[in-house]
Parts: sequence; structure tokens; C-alpha cells
Amino acid sequence: MTATETTGPAVSAAGPAPAPSTRRRNRARAGQRREVALFAGPAVIVYVVFVLLPVLLAGYYSFFNWNGLGPLDRFVGIDNYVRLLTDPVFHTSVYNNFFIIVLSLLVQGPIAILVALLMNRRLRFRGMLRALIFVPYVLSEVTAGLAWQILLQSVPPTRWGPFDTMLQGIGIQDPPAWLADPNVVMWTMFGILTWKYLGLAIILMLAGLAGVPEELYEAAALDGAGWWKTQWYITVPLLGPTIRIWAFLSIIGSLQLFDMVWIVTGGGPLNASNTMAVYMVKYGLNVSQIGFGSAVAVVLFFISLFIALGYQRFALRRDLEGSLTGGKRT
Amino acid sequence: MNRRSTRLVALTAATGLAVAALSGCASGSSGPEETGGDVTVTWWHNGTGEPLKSFWEEVAAEFEADHPGVTVDVEAFQNEDLQRTLIPNALQAGGDAAPDLFMVWAEGEIKAQVEAGYLKDLSGLTDVVESVGGAGTGWNVDGKQYGIPFRFGIEGIWYNSDQFEQAGITETPATFDEFGEAITKLAESGVSPIGVGAGDGWPAAHWWYQFAIKTCSGDSLKKAAETLDFSDACFVEAGENLKSWMDGFEGDLPFQANPTSTPAQSVPNSAAGLLAAQTTSMELMGTWHRGEVAKLVPGAPADNPPAPEWLSWMPVPDIEGAAGEPGAALGSGDAGGVYVDAPDETLELLEYVMSEDVQTRFAATGEIPTVAGAEAGITDPVLKQIAEGTVNASLVVTWLDTQYGPVIGQAMNDAIVNLMFGNGTPEQIPEAMNAAAATL
Repeated sequence: MTATETTGPAVSAAGPAPAPSTRRRNRARAGQRREVALFAGPAVIVYVVFVLLPVLLAGYYSFFNWNGLGPLDRFVGIDNYVRLLTDPVFHTSVYNNFFIIVLSLLVQGPIAILVALLMNRRLRFRGMLRALIFVPYVLSEVTAGLAWQILLQSVPPTRWGPFDTMLQGIGIQDPPAWLADPNVVMWTMFGILTWKYLGLAIILMLAGLAGVPEELYEAAALDGAGWWKTQWYITVPLLGPTIRIWAFLSIIGSLQLFDMVWIVTGGGPLNASNTMAVYMVKYGLNVSQIGFGSAVAVVLFFISLFIALGYQRFALRRDLEGSLTGGKRT
Repeated sequence: MNRRSTRLVALTAATGLAVAALSGCASGSSGPEETGGDVTVTWWHNGTGEPLKSFWEEVAAEFEADHPGVTVDVEAFQNEDLQRTLIPNALQAGGDAAPDLFMVWAEGEIKAQVEAGYLKDLSGLTDVVESVGGAGTGWNVDGKQYGIPFRFGIEGIWYNSDQFEQAGITETPATFDEFGEAITKLAESGVSPIGVGAGDGWPAAHWWYQFAIKTCSGDSLKKAAETLDFSDACFVEAGENLKSWMDGFEGDLPFQANPTSTPAQSVPNSAAGLLAAQTTSMELMGTWHRGEVAKLVPGAPADNPPAPEWLSWMPVPDIEGAAGEPGAALGSGDAGGVYVDAPDETLELLEYVMSEDVQTRFAATGEIPTVAGAEAGITDPVLKQIAEGTVNASLVVTWLDTQYGPVIGQAMNDAIVNLMFGNGTPEQIPEAMNAAAATL
């Protein structure tokens, strides 16, 4: 509070003056408000125009049967939501989003921590290895998607493509149809996503590891703890905040998953790899059912909001203390 | 509030008024920018590739030269962006934001725009409407003409004549039985007979469309298109016929393995790319396929790639004894429509685009024109064949997904792919179409 008192304008207001101390406090408060407006204003405007307003508009459109042309004049109540929530294709889409979330957390997290622990030791070519691991993350989604599509295709007149031929070279004679088998395609997508995003997870974990004080390792070594024990009781608990933030990013990314799926499979084969966002584009925008598409957007928004708030409330509580919840005033 | 901020408020208010006044002017003048006799006509099309892009620019420049004071602002956009985002948004915004001359898609698509009141009735351009003849039917809504097609053709089977020869196929199949024999011969010669981009849905769906127009009578099709009721038994029968035809072949045949992961076009691993690389022998596709395949031939130059010499075309054979009209074909085209408040010069521009001279030169770039007489400009023997096939077809049915509109189209295509390559049944196709029609 003390810093802001000096920022008030040094002009005296006209009219009958109230008690000097109150006046000074009022002026200080006005100055503080102006400061807040100046710093937060642009962000608030952008947020309102590009986030809040579209969300509200989508909510409004979702109650109409509207093809995007002409006036909004066919109010249908909750019909769009009923249709959406009873559509088995949408159920698969939601399932696929959660499939990716769960697998990412269970598989990518542990792998990232293990690789980061390994890379944190003195290794030859460590810099090069780090760069190589991070390369897929830097590639654009479209480039990576097309490359995978070409690698995993089948080349007529055989059933096999470049990736299969490589597998056959190492003795796997009958690999599955990676992108054409509805039962396999989501595992393939998960594989591609892991290849793409593992680098980011590893880099985050490495940054987290850098923050673990050296003294703790020394103390553990003096107490006779082995390497695994040291990692389990010291490194992993101290990596906690990093792991929780990575998991948060991973969950949000999985919920919004669109581009990689759109490029590689377009939601196919036979609608087996749709995600909520893919479903929204396919059955909303691409068929000019803007009202229905908006209903999908609203459902996607609430699922994301619910998960994000829940996660912040329960998992990130300690990490975010003071930054979002008001914290202690000093 | 001090004086400085009062002044600021006043200034903001004044600016606001000015903006309001300006936008008032813009919406009041309803589109044409008529200041001092100068008019700008905006023209949006989907010809992003060469030579078409330069050709339309040339046509615009010629029109400007003949009409002093008129500027034609011609822009090419990628097809899906144009159709799904740019045009709907621009029409919704209205006024100056809306293009004056733009692409309109047939039947269900144009109907939605007409109902929203965005399109000008072009029936007054009697000469132009007459010059395109029957090709214009798809853009006629309630007896009024709202779009004029400048390109129109039927789909057929593009095939590799070299591979046909190697497989010992001497005559192009005229019936579905002969077609089946040709497929078996091709497979025996070691190539994959038919490529299909089922990953994108619609290329596979066109096989069902073909069976539908060959199984359903002209009247049934017409009735279904008008009422959007697909309960006619012929729609189930079409699926049964398609499935039993497919089941007559061994293994993955007649199509390539894993078709549901193959995209339609544009990329080397697409069905078009497979045909271009000579790993498949045939593909069912519209008139644009010649350019698409040419582009994807391995090692093709980036500018004006020539179509490979082996690329040939035949109409889809008739099914003997089927109830459909013999010689019926599927096809459609691209048309120009005019925004309701567009300046009158737009109509003149459209007339110029549709003139026999421009259409003849359009044909010479490797396209199929619509204006009678312009087919003289076609030099390519394959395109000549398609143009003849279009004229000779007893009935040209618009692509069913375009005809029934995108909502039914998407549901129909999903169900067809499911029948062909999943565990769907013939009954599920009309069921899905009726269910989708109920959401319109």
C-alpha cells in the first residue's frame, strides 16, 4: 500500500475540501485504479473480445438451429444438447479425449522423469541428446502429421508401408494397420503424440531437476542412500510442482486435441479417432450447423473448465498459493 | 474528473459518432462503391492453381479495359475456406464486406443462400441462362436462376491405359460384368485395381451414389431430393448391390488395402497420388482429377505439370437389368452467383465471363466449359471425351451430398464408408439420411 500513495496526481481538486487525510487517501485510491486500468486494460479488452464474448455468443447460438446464414430465428431450446449427448459418435469423441489424458499421465510422465534423471547425469553428447529429444516438439503439427501419415500408409498392391517394412526388417512380420484399423488407431495417435510432446515434458523435468539443491544429495549420500532411493525420496518429491504443472498442461492439451488428429486421420477410420474438437468442426462448421457446433463448443468448454478448476483446487493448491487465491496481504 | 479527462471523453464520443456515421454510410450505400462513377467489383473464386488463376486475372483485366471506371478486384481462395468460412461470413456481414461475384454450389447449398436473401435473381440474363442449357438446372431455385455454371462435367473412371494393356484388357468395359472381369485381370497382373480415398469419406461414397442412380429410377431420385425422405426401397437396394459387387472379389479387392486411411487428393499418399505413381490402376472421380493427378506424378514440375499420357477416362458402366435410367451419370460444376446488392457492372462481368470467347479460351486451359460452342476450345482428347459423355448422358444427377446439402451428405457418407469398409448395413444408410434430415 505504501508505494502507491506517491503516484497520485499532484493537482489539488477544486471545491470544499474534506479532511486532508481522507482526501489524500481518495486521491491515492484513484491513482491506484488508474494504474490497474492502464496495466490490465489491454489484456482485459483482448480477453473480453476474443474469449468471453465468443463463449457467450456460442452459448447463445447453441439454442438455435442456425446454418450461419440469415437471422437467428429458429429457437430450438436444448434440442442441440439432447442430440449431442445422445450421439454415440460424440460419446466416442469424449472417450478418446480421456483415453489420451489417462495414457499421457500414466505413460509419458514416468518416461519423461526417467529420461530426465538419466540426462541430468554427466553423459557424453548430453547437449546433442537434449536437442534431439526436443526436435519433434519444435516441428509444426502439420509437417509432423503428414510425415507420420506417409510413414504409416499402406502402399498398394501390398498392405505395407515404409514403417511396416522397417518393422519387418527387425522380425515383426505382421504389423497392424496403424491408421486403418479402428481398434488400433487411437494407440497410434497416442504414439505420435508421445513422440511429439515427450520432449517438452523432459525439458520441463530437467528444469525442475536443476532446482533441487545439491546439499540434499550430499546429505542422502552421507546417510548411505543408494541412487534409486535418493531419486525416490528426494528428487521426485522435490519435482512435485513441476510434475503437477506438466500434468496440467498435458490434460489441457489432450482436451483440446485437434490438429494432429485432423491431419493424420481426420477423425477416421469410421469415426474411431474423433476428439471433441474434431467432432465440432466435422459436424458443426463443415456442415454449416453453427448452432449445433456451438453446443459442442459449450460442452467442451464446461468439461475443460470443470477439470481445470478441479485440478487447480485440489492438485495445484499449494503451488498456486497466493497467486490466484488472494494469499496473505502484506 | 479533471479537464483533461473531460476532453478525452468528448473526443471519444466524437470519434464514436464519426465511426457510427461512417458505418451508417457504408450500410446505407448497400455495397457498390459509387463515388464519382468509379465502381469496384469484387470477385472471389477457387481457382488457386495455375493456369486458372492467371486466366481469371486476365479476364478481369480485359473487362476493366472495356469498362473504364470499373475496377475488378479478383481473388482466389482455397476451396473449403471459401465455401465454409469466407463466403458465409462475408454474406452475413453484408454491405461492402460481401463479394459481388462469387462461387455458388448447386442444389442444397445454393438454396440456403437464396432463402437467406443473399443472391440476386439472374433469370433476366436470358441469353446466358439459355447458353448453358441443362447444366444450369442445379442452380435453379423455385424456377429462378441464381447461379450460372462456367464449368460442368460428369464423373467417370480415370484409368491407366498402359496397365490395362499389360493386363490384356483390349476394350474398355461397357457393362458392370465386363468391369468386374477387368478388375480381376488387373489384380492378376500384380497391380491394385481401384484406388479410393475412403479416409475423406466422399470418394468412397461416390461408389454408392453410382449404384443409387443405377438402382433408383429418375422419379424416385427426384422425389427424394424434393422431400428429403429416403424411405424408398431403392436406397437400401443400392447398398445391397454395392456390397454384393464388392463381396464378389477376393480379399481387399476391388479396392486397395486399408482404404480408410487413404486421403482423397493433394498429398502423395492420397488416392490421386497412388494413381499418379501407377500403384493403382483406376479411380472414380470428377473432371478436376486430370489436373490433380498431373500434379502428383512423381517428379512433376511445379508449374503447369502435363497430364501423363497413360491417363485415360471412361464413363461408369451400366448395371444390366437395374431399374435406374440407362446412361444416367453423376456430375456437377462450379458456378458464379451475384450478391443481392452488387453493382450492375457485376452482371456485365458475369456475362463477359460466360461469353463464348472467354469460355472457349477457358476450355483451352484444360477445363470443360458450359456454353454451347465453347467445347471447340477443348484440345485434350480425354477432356473431349468427358464433354461428349456429359452431353450424351441421359440424365445428369448432381453429387448426392451436394444435392441433399452438407448435413445429410455427411451422415450419408459416414454410413456408406461404414457399409463398404466397416460393419454397417445397407439399411443404415437411408436411416442415417432420414435422421439427419430431421435435424435440418
